[in-house]
Amino acid sequence: MSHSNRKDGPESVSAPSEPEGLPARILELGEELRREGVAVGTSEMLDAFEVLREISWTSQEDFREALAATLAKSQEDRRIFELVFERFFFRAVELAASREGIREDEVAGLGELSEDELEALRMQIAAAVRDGSEGAMRDLARMAIAAFARRQEGSGVIGVDVQRIRRALGLRAEAQPELPAEDPRREGLPRESLRRFEALLRRELERAQIERTGNLPPSRPLGELDRALPSGPLADLAAVHRVVAQLRRRLATQGMQARGHRHHAHVDVRRTMRASLQTGGVPVVLKFRPRRPKRPEIFVLCDVSTSVTSASVFFLSVLHALHDTFRKMRSFVFIERISEVTDIFERERDFRAVSERISSDAGVADISGYTDYGRVWSEFLTQVEDELHPRATVIVLGDARTNGRDPRADVFAQIAARAGRTFWLNPEPRLYWNYGDSVIAAYEQYCTAFECWTTAQLEDFVRALTRPVIAAAR
Amino acid sequence: MPDPESPAPASVKDVAAGLRGVGYLPGESTALVSFLATKLGKPVLVEGPAGVGKTELAKALASYLGRELVRLQCYEGLDEAKALYEWNYRKQLLRIQAEAQGSGWEAVQEDIFGEEFLLARPLMTAIASELPVVLLIDEIDKTDQEFEAMLLEVLSDFQISIPELGRVESRTHPVVLLTSNNSRELTEALKRRCLYLWLDYPALEHELEIVRLHAPELSETVARRLVEVIGMVRELDLKKPPSIAESIDWARALLLLGVKDIDEDTFLETMSVIVKHRTDMDVVADRVGLKLRSPADVA
Repeated sequence: MSHSNRKDGPESVSAPSEPEGLPARILELGEELRREGVAVGTSEMLDAFEVLREISWTSQEDFREALAATLAKSQEDRRIFELVFERFFFRAVELAASREGIREDEVAGLGELSEDELEALRMQIAAAVRDGSEGAMRDLARMAIAAFARRQEGSGVIGVDVQRIRRALGLRAEAQPELPAEDPRREGLPRESLRRFEALLRRELERAQIERTGNLPPSRPLGELDRALPSGPLADLAAVHRVVAQLRRRLATQGMQARGHRHHAHVDVRRTMRASLQTGGVPVVLKFRPRRPKRPEIFVLCDVSTSVTSASVFFLSVLHALHDTFRKMRSFVFIERISEVTDIFERERDFRAVSERISSDAGVADISGYTDYGRVWSEFLTQVEDELHPRATVIVLGDARTNGRDPRADVFAQIAARAGRTFWLNPEPRLYWNYGDSVIAAYEQYCTAFECWTTAQLEDFVRALTRPVIAAAR
Repeated sequence: MPDPESPAPASVKDVAAGLRGVGYLPGESTALVSFLATKLGKPVLVEGPAGVGKTELAKALASYLGRELVRLQCYEGLDEAKALYEWNYRKQLLRIQAEAQGSGWEAVQEDIFGEEFLLARPLMTAIASELPVVLLIDEIDKTDQEFEAMLLEVLSDFQISIPELGRVESRTHPVVLLTSNNSRELTEALKRRCLYLWLDYPALEHELEIVRLHAPELSETVARRLVEVIGMVRELDLKKPPSIAESIDWARALLLLGVKDIDEDTFLETMSVIVKHRTDMDVVADRVGLKLRSPADVA
């Protein structure tokens, strides 16, 4: 690593009070990745240094890709890497710039813009976004910010400003057929480069803010936001898929592990006898019965009253996406009465469509629209009484808020007694349990209750659900 | 074709150009990681959805570097005897029978545990090869963790221990590619030894270039339309989204049919080339077919 290279790269920052040079920066980056939960070991760091020796640092793309190839070893990690990389080097550069007193030059020659000039700028930006050229988008983002700052429309809140500018530019992903044919926006702009352009706007606004105030805002760790369960109305299919893909992979890995543990395996007498023929009837080699991963039969009961709807539908989608892990699965939704929805999930694969179908067709709300657990238990018991047996698993998802009605824990106890295992998933944090009209304590004595409002918790639960029989006994 | 005298590429651009030369259009990170792999001799773990050209990359690398491709296709239950080496015991038996009399056990043992009786499997072949090779370990996620553990020794030291013979060390450094469809999490230990490359469906322009390369007679407009439609289909929630290979097949099919433009009817007729599931077909016909109709009606 020669000194002459050093000033060219994006890492050309070094603060006087901190350790010098690129190696220190890379180590800091590694440290930051670890803080965000990416497993970066010493060997990965060594690889990163080795790789940097082979490529030129003047290309930011190469620099980033090379680091990513050595530091982020799954798609999930890669996503975090991108975020951390952006943040890390942006902050490093800004920090140095504000220490050295370097400022971006004002965009020259932009006086009050006439409507025509603004329209020209719009076209230029739309064309750049359509072509997805990074450099042009960055320059135009600065122009756009300068132009709109002149019009005194800035709110001072970066997120709001980004959206305002985007709207003023008329940048949309959908086609806008009312525009003239030569307008690049007519066909709709590619989502990916729109997102890039927004990110650039945000970054330029941040840069301007740092220049104005002269210091960096505190570094924010990536929120649980990326990892929390989509429980709001924003919940979308992509989120379901991400969780499902992850769960499926984990389950697949876990099945392998379960097969590896042979401590409790039963001797397969028939195969042992057959094998003993080779040794004249003396059973020298014991043959064991292979352990099969448990494939439970599942009954799911989901509360779909307004307070927990999205959590329920999300959960049902996940379970149905995993349905081949289970031998049999029947799902019910309830508010005041219950209704079977297994079919809907088999037919529909769109998350939104499922939500709509449930609210329109299931007919679970009677008069009040408040959950009536007592009635739900007795209806459930009459419907599936014959099918409940010790190998069946019953899962209830709900907040156990009875709205002052009788919880009928005795009927619930009957259900739990017939089924092999009973789980309760509560989408509320444990802190709120048994406050107000929550009566989960009454049910908890008959079942195992989980709180379930992040993907990690959901994963814990699915693991408990598919755990081999012996380990599952609690 | 590459110059066999200079097997090691000097820069990322060389690799990119070289791969292009053999009919593989690499993305930016693909070229970079391939370059690093040849330079550092580290294995590359390539992950991504099915049909984005993971295996093709290995083939292209082999032909660009002018090396032989040794391929190990993984499957559930693959074991050392199939991946490393096995004693050819029939031949050993014949040998013993042929000179049953006279020779002592020592001599026979010396004799039958020699290289002559060894059946080299892919990993062994790759390591013992005189000339450098490209080793492709395909669909590593199909094997179990025990096999992965065994691979660790091979991948970090490029040597294999055979109890009866001793150690076989690699004479040359193979370029190793492992591919995975991401159906299960690989062990940390294995990931740690590899460079990581995520291959995704290519961006529109990139895929257009690929299709044009493989079906050059197809007109520009139809090719662009095709790639756009494929993009639309991939955005839907399908059991099996169309792969790059399928886009190419479709392009060739359209070429054979002499299609001038992709409208709803052509699409519905030829859709089976890119969509291979009953339920997927319904979804695609429903959503994409409609989209193809609307502009024609307006016009």
